[in-house]
Amino acid sequence: MGTVSPAAEEIRAPSPAALLRRRIFGHYGLVFGITVLFIIILIALFAPLLAGHDPYSQDLLARMKPPFWMNGSDPDHILGTDHLGRDYLARLLYGARISLAIGFIAALISGLIGTAMGVAAGYFGGRVDLVVTFLINVRLAMPVVLVALAVVAILGGSLHVVVTVLGLLLWDRFAVVMRSSVLQVRDLEYVNAAKAIGCSTRRIILSEIMPNIVNNLIVVATLEMAHAILLEAALSFLGLGVQPPTPSWGLMISEGKQMMLFEPWLIAIPGIALFILVLAINLLGDGLRDVTAPENRG
Amino acid sequence: MLVFALKRLGLVVLVTLTVSLLSFSLLFMSGDPASAIAGENASASDIEAIRTLYGFDRPFLVQYGDWLSGALRGDFGQSYYFKLPVSTLIADRLSVTMLLGVCGISFALLTAVPLGVVAAMRPNSFIDRAALFLSVMGQAMPSFWFGLVLIVIFSIQLNWLPPSGSSGWQNFIMPTVVLGYYAMPAIMRLTRAGMLEVLGADYIRTARAKGASEMRVMFKHALRNAIVPVVSLAAVQMGFMLGGSIVVESIFALHGAGYLAWESIARNDLPTVQALILIFSCFYIIFTFLSDLANAWLDPRIRVG
Amino acid sequence: MSDPILSVRNLTIDIPMSQNTMHAVRGISFDLKRGETLCIVGESGSGKSLTSLAIMGLLSKKLQRAATRLDFAGIDLMSQKLRQMRDLRGNRMAMIFQEPMTSLNPAYTIGDQLAEAYLLHRKATRVQARMRAIELLGKVGITAAENRLSQYPHQLSGGLRQRVMIAMALMCEPELIIADEPTTALDVTIQAQILRLLADLQREMNMAMILVTHDLGVVARVADKVAVMYAGEVVEQGTAKEIFGHPRHPYTRGLLRCIPVPGRSKPGEHLGSIPGMVPSLVGRVKGCAFRARCDVAEEACTAAIPERRMESGHAWRCIHQAAERLSP
Repeated sequence: MGTVSPAAEEIRAPSPAALLRRRIFGHYGLVFGITVLFIIILIALFAPLLAGHDPYSQDLLARMKPPFWMNGSDPDHILGTDHLGRDYLARLLYGARISLAIGFIAALISGLIGTAMGVAAGYFGGRVDLVVTFLINVRLAMPVVLVALAVVAILGGSLHVVVTVLGLLLWDRFAVVMRSSVLQVRDLEYVNAAKAIGCSTRRIILSEIMPNIVNNLIVVATLEMAHAILLEAALSFLGLGVQPPTPSWGLMISEGKQMMLFEPWLIAIPGIALFILVLAINLLGDGLRDVTAPENRG
Repeated sequence: MLVFALKRLGLVVLVTLTVSLLSFSLLFMSGDPASAIAGENASASDIEAIRTLYGFDRPFLVQYGDWLSGALRGDFGQSYYFKLPVSTLIADRLSVTMLLGVCGISFALLTAVPLGVVAAMRPNSFIDRAALFLSVMGQAMPSFWFGLVLIVIFSIQLNWLPPSGSSGWQNFIMPTVVLGYYAMPAIMRLTRAGMLEVLGADYIRTARAKGASEMRVMFKHALRNAIVPVVSLAAVQMGFMLGGSIVVESIFALHGAGYLAWESIARNDLPTVQALILIFSCFYIIFTFLSDLANAWLDPRIRVG
Repeated sequence: MSDPILSVRNLTIDIPMSQNTMHAVRGISFDLKRGETLCIVGESGSGKSLTSLAIMGLLSKKLQRAATRLDFAGIDLMSQKLRQMRDLRGNRMAMIFQEPMTSLNPAYTIGDQLAEAYLLHRKATRVQARMRAIELLGKVGITAAENRLSQYPHQLSGGLRQRVMIAMALMCEPELIIADEPTTALDVTIQAQILRLLADLQREMNMAMILVTHDLGVVARVADKVAVMYAGEVVEQGTAKEIFGHPRHPYTRGLLRCIPVPGRSKPGEHLGSIPGMVPSLVGRVKGCAFRARCDVAEEACTAAIPERRMESGHAWRCIHQAAERLSP
């Protein structure tokens, strides 16, 4: 039913900015994601102020203190202490730093690699596209966890190594999404217009194409950040990621595993923290996708 | 169809070769493999002896060619740690991993596809929201942690299922759920999105105009068209799952190839690691190849030129 | 005089919107007998397609259908359960859609799709359904019918697909066939063939047919009766002779001025067009919907317009008594 003349509905049409604002705040997942992620970032930034304890200092006399909701808890250690008597809350708060840093830097590295490859493939097409598509295929065929574990084992586990390895492994989705995004805008009028007036390739890509696909880039970046955080936790859990005594959540779960028979809270606390962080980032990514491209909602 | 299959096959061979080169060069990432094997306290002559024994003194490409031709014959060399042929070692363990993979993907498909269809039939209904909730949870849940939680609940608290081992079918229940739940969200979302798109198609209206029942419209007319991308995704997920089995198998001490990978990585047993990376990659490549063929077969526009 | 096979009285369709309701179809009434062709004409958005979907019971659940009477062959369609409607659809009443390119399921062969309705409604074997499919493909003028059965929609041209759609609709020998702009998406040369085919088959099988179109040339060739729709209302209906010979409603006359007549219009002469826009149907619609574009509109047109009806059945909604003397 197309032919409805401009009636009451359209006359009061809100401005695009207001519409976007309404879409953002109407999207509960997105609001939740942003809020929680913002709180976790604040916690990570102000961990030394909030923790009240040093996450590394051991107190062998105060080992395995239970958290506040259990009998025999110590008000000085709200979330109890681990098997070496370290304050669990302090380790949890400092762990947020590790997870966020790893997620952010790994997404940055892989984002740079993947975007460069994807944009080149989409823009130039032909042989470049063939090579990039081939590389994506090769990358997808390699089992990520296995390769990451093997490389970290060979090079030795440290924060730098883990971040670099993850960054070098997780570029595939960036490349796939950027390639198809560029393909969609490559032949649009304004790009052709820029070509016609003799703009340089660099200029066309940076000022005509990138601004139009940056939405997709941000969405992929958030989702890959979550992916990297989960992988780091898994690697550390298997003992081949970040090494003790670094307070990584994956490592905390791994250490708690020995005692989960009697003290399940040891794995519950860092696990829930990890779950909430990843949930928040995923909801943020999904929400951004819905809000920036409402027609693709599905 | 034949031309399509041959072209894909060519790509498969090329990707496999590249992956084999990458997994072989892993051995040389640490610098000198001979000193790595010999250990920290070995003397220079010991290292030299090991170097000639394993043939590390030859040019890289010669060693690679040697390894590859062996691999093609199913010979991946000797395990440093287990002192057994790598191929025997892997062959012993692979069936467990394959079984786990098949169980996992079946679990994922059997929950995700019906859920996706029902969610698409009634968008924004309670079922739709519940399905979305399940998938959002699944995507954020670290699978190793989910496995531990299941152990705490079902093995320790309720004492229903064995926490570890690979002796009976009970051992496979929790690993299947963990692995399947990992793959479920993506499949569910794709099924739902595909169904929503297809349900708006004109041929669905045609089917209704013929007097077809709602069930028939959903499953015969709509799902048949929406399932095509789901097949590809399931194949990709199956490949990822086998690669991810390393985490699940090590939690549940399920003695499959993933567990072997973890053991050999922890023990610096590089020939086993190389072989496992290559084999897991090959599985992924084979699955995606088969799913491409399946898709071509499912989509008459490709099948009938 | 035989009883009508389809009898519609005061059919309305409402589309609920976020705050208001759009009254997309308002109070349509008509009768159709066996062997008759009713053409519903009007511009896009006038509610033609909604009306045909409403008769088939294929409207989206969000749309609200109401009528004081909606009878098909003595069956009250308004009170039919979903199951009972399914038994009618594709069996005693069938529909042909506008887009042949997308109305066939890409995943199944022509043969499977033709056989489906037959297998659903008749106690027939696959072999019988296949024979019937071959028979009907022959009827719609498709050669080498047996080979076509194993082909897929993408292998056929648009014209062939529409022939298949027609064959599919006729599988169970329906008493009523509704064709919703069946030729709009086709090439001009194919359009004429398909229309002739439809008209021939309709006569041969003695079906009642509703042909929805915005092409008056088509109407002139095949219609027994014509209903002219504007903004959700039937503004004028009557026999083809009455509508073309003595149009009463200013909109009908405007439409007729828009078609070139060989011999009468000079080369290069401007065809008529009706200036102005269709009014919004959101909220309460009062008075004549056409008045904003009407040459002879006056104050009285803002009030409710009664329907004027002649003995012959020629009816129109316009207050202007003198309308007749204005020639087309």
